[in-house]
Amino acid sequence: MESPLGEMLKKPQYIALASMALVALIIFNLPAQTMSRWKLAISGVFLPLFGLAGSSQQLLQKTGNTILPRSVLAREAERLRRENEQLKIELKQTSELLRENAQLRQSLVWQKQSPWKLKMARVIARDPANWWRSIQIDSGTNQGARVNLPVLTPDGLVGRISFVGPNRSQVLLLGDPNLRLGALVQDKDVRENGIIMSSASPLDNNMVDLQYFSRNTAIKPGQSVITSGDGGVFPKGILIGQIVDMRNNTAGLSTEARVKVAANLNSLEEVWVMFP
Amino acid sequence: MNALNPVIILLAAFVAVYFESSFSWFRSLFGAQIDLLPPLMVYASLTSGIITVTVLSIIGGLLFDSLSANPLGVSVLPLFLIGYAIHRFHGLLLREQLYAQFAFGAGASLLTPLFTLLVLLSGDTNPLVGWGNVWQFLVIAISGGLLTPVCFVILDRLSRALNYQPVAQVAFRPDREIKRSRGKL
Repeated sequence: MESPLGEMLKKPQYIALASMALVALIIFNLPAQTMSRWKLAISGVFLPLFGLAGSSQQLLQKTGNTILPRSVLAREAERLRRENEQLKIELKQTSELLRENAQLRQSLVWQKQSPWKLKMARVIARDPANWWRSIQIDSGTNQGARVNLPVLTPDGLVGRISFVGPNRSQVLLLGDPNLRLGALVQDKDVRENGIIMSSASPLDNNMVDLQYFSRNTAIKPGQSVITSGDGGVFPKGILIGQIVDMRNNTAGLSTEARVKVAANLNSLEEVWVMFP
Repeated sequence: MNALNPVIILLAAFVAVYFESSFSWFRSLFGAQIDLLPPLMVYASLTSGIITVTVLSIIGGLLFDSLSANPLGVSVLPLFLIGYAIHRFHGLLLREQLYAQFAFGAGASLLTPLFTLLVLLSGDTNPLVGWGNVWQFLVIAISGGLLTPVCFVILDRLSRALNYQPVAQVAFRPDREIKRSRGKL
């Protein structure tokens, strides 16, 4: 006669339940590092599809370029030539300012600032879950990326790298609950520090909360918010966005503001990773 | 059900997760990304065995979490619970009816993210939670409900196309055959 356990194990439903309990037990007890490695390995199965999508996008772009009329291309080249000349003039001015800044820093015996390098990366995937704000980019340890490097677009800050694989990384976007950073409201007569937190609404990806201002703060809608440089992850002066409105927090002890992020986080295709 | 069915369902899960992470126009339009795994789970639990349901929840959940900021494995259990519950009563359910497919798809699409959020909140993670989630759940439930009958049509056709069909019955019956002979009876 067979034992009740043996009888149970013959039924597929019990086998399914037992295997699910086992899987849950194993997965939830994995150390964080092992879990990250597993995550990387599992998501590796999507790499051929990401590669295929990237190549087909490039092919489409090339096809689009070949069928563009010559007059449009000439106009675009002329526009770019003018922009290039303007940028060259601005670069000369900026280099002069940088030189002056370095001299002043030296005379004040302040620490020397070295400029950051930028490397472009393509966005290959977005977080499929609705309660996180993250993207995957095609830049990993092989390209020099590492955890906590800032990621931005020409419009402003996007977020920071939170997890790195050999050829891709996960970037936490502004507004993700795991991304908090020091911010500075800088205007002619205002200079106030706050902390960028996640958004109160999961619906609007381009809105974040800026908290911990004093109750009698002088901040106003329309003022620019930049990174404060506190915390050491983000260098000072990267544009985050603009203040939309303010309110007193529930306890009435401090003021918080809603900030519209300068970079459009809904349509990110290419981003820049900042290397020190 | 046939041997290729689980393979087709797992391939569909792979494509579904890729689609969710690569195409965000739905999220830009409605403020929430659709979840294709619950409609697939409804299909699997109504047409396949419990082993397929288990494998789909493990593989689908792990694939989903690998591209998300979710801790690995968080989506496995909610998917399995939904699949198990539907499979347990699949003999009593009107799986051929469109409205039933819509109702199961909508229910599964609503409950799966809800369970996942509960699992996340019971751990030490801190997901983005607010009143906006109510709208997101509504969008996910309706889109999931609408996609479930589509899922049934596509996967049924795919399954039929890729499998041997049973031989069609002909009118010929050997016992009714007229025995012919040369004059002898």
